[in-house]
Amino acid sequence: MSDKVIPKASINTDSGNDLDRKGFLGWLSVGWLAFAGATGGFFTLMIRFLFPNVLFEPPQSFKIGYPDDFTIGKVDTRFKKKYAVWVIRNDEGIYALSTVCTHLGCTPNWLEVEQKYKCPCHGSGFRKTGINFEGPAPRPLERHAISLASDGQIIVDKTMRFKWEKGEWEIEESFLKI
Amino acid sequence: MAEKEKKESLLDQLGESQVWKSIIRSGVPRNRRQRMYAVLGNVFLHLHPARLPRHAVKIGYTWCMGGLSFFLFVVLTITGILLMFYYRPTVEYAYTDIIDLTEQVPLGIMRELHRWGAHAMVLTVWLHMLRVFMTGSYKPPREFNWGVGVLLMTITLFLSFTGYLLPWDQLAIWAVTVGTNMARAHPFIGHEGPGASLLAIGDINLVHMGSDVRFALLGGRFVGEATLLRFYVLHCIAVPFIAMIFMAVHFWRIRKDGGISGPL
Repeated sequence: MSDKVIPKASINTDSGNDLDRKGFLGWLSVGWLAFAGATGGFFTLMIRFLFPNVLFEPPQSFKIGYPDDFTIGKVDTRFKKKYAVWVIRNDEGIYALSTVCTHLGCTPNWLEVEQKYKCPCHGSGFRKTGINFEGPAPRPLERHAISLASDGQIIVDKTMRFKWEKGEWEIEESFLKI
Repeated sequence: MAEKEKKESLLDQLGESQVWKSIIRSGVPRNRRQRMYAVLGNVFLHLHPARLPRHAVKIGYTWCMGGLSFFLFVVLTITGILLMFYYRPTVEYAYTDIIDLTEQVPLGIMRELHRWGAHAMVLTVWLHMLRVFMTGSYKPPREFNWGVGVLLMTITLFLSFTGYLLPWDQLAIWAVTVGTNMARAHPFIGHEGPGASLLAIGDINLVHMGSDVRFALLGGRFVGEATLLRFYVLHCIAVPFIAMIFMAVHFWRIRKDGGISGPL
């Protein structure tokens, strides 16, 4: 069979709805681009799906009571379990220390007899002020922002952190003067 | 002798039956060629080489560590599915369900099998890697399969890590707290890692404690209810699924790369 006998009708020579090679490849690339875009969008959304909008965690900012509720020289451990902070009052005022160990993030315990925070994971020790003095912890515990609300109660804001080694404990919000 | 002939004819009859032929198209394997067809025609067996060189079954050479790893994976899948019938991944029940599994549920050893099997699998995977390295089996044409193997080892460790949280005791919680804290330091996608502070619009950090890779892993800012559920799903469904895909590729590539490497 030679190709000369191919019936005319089988070769689409009609102008209008016919698609030449270039046009076909053009539409093919549009199709692939649309497919890639849709797939990429879907995977982006899939990653976004993993980041929840609402957290069922205790609030980051909370009231802990009036300054008179805190005894001078004592470490208050009432807020440790729920909010992960220690509240300490000294002669000059009140500060809130994060209970997250600066070594690997465990929670140390306040030992009243030994007057230190001791981490059960790897043995880091911190003074009452939060300054590290033993074990692998590389830096002191962090302070959170502390201030007075209009009703006279103390507000602790955990979204703000103050690091001693950066001189941030000098910042006003890191310490509530009484 | 006559009895043997009779048996063979029975086998022949079975081999000629429609049921047998519909399952194994090549009939009863009688010679090398037919045995090869039987292997190649089976979706599970065809991942394997159709013929093995003599050295490939030498235990002194392979240590059988790859095979043992796969065997342990199968054991872990079966015992894991059984454990899922009793275990509830919530803060309220997780710990007591594990106690229940070991002390009250019939065959409490099932949980121990899963636990020790997991430890053993980490060990066999490492030893398999050591063997492959020491025999130079990572060299071309097997370099791609070495890469797949490294991925499988990472997946094994991640399976072990996610399973570690599920008993929800102090050890589990703090081990995972420490473990996931490493993700904080990941470049760019961990909020304490290098480059994270560069990803900011003006003063607003895009990568912070509530948006980094650790947050996605934990489903929150610290190890809690959301983390337990997330690790449960990763441990029981997502990661084993990925592991199975890579295992299929791994076994298939052994065959395609010319079988188990020979002694030099």
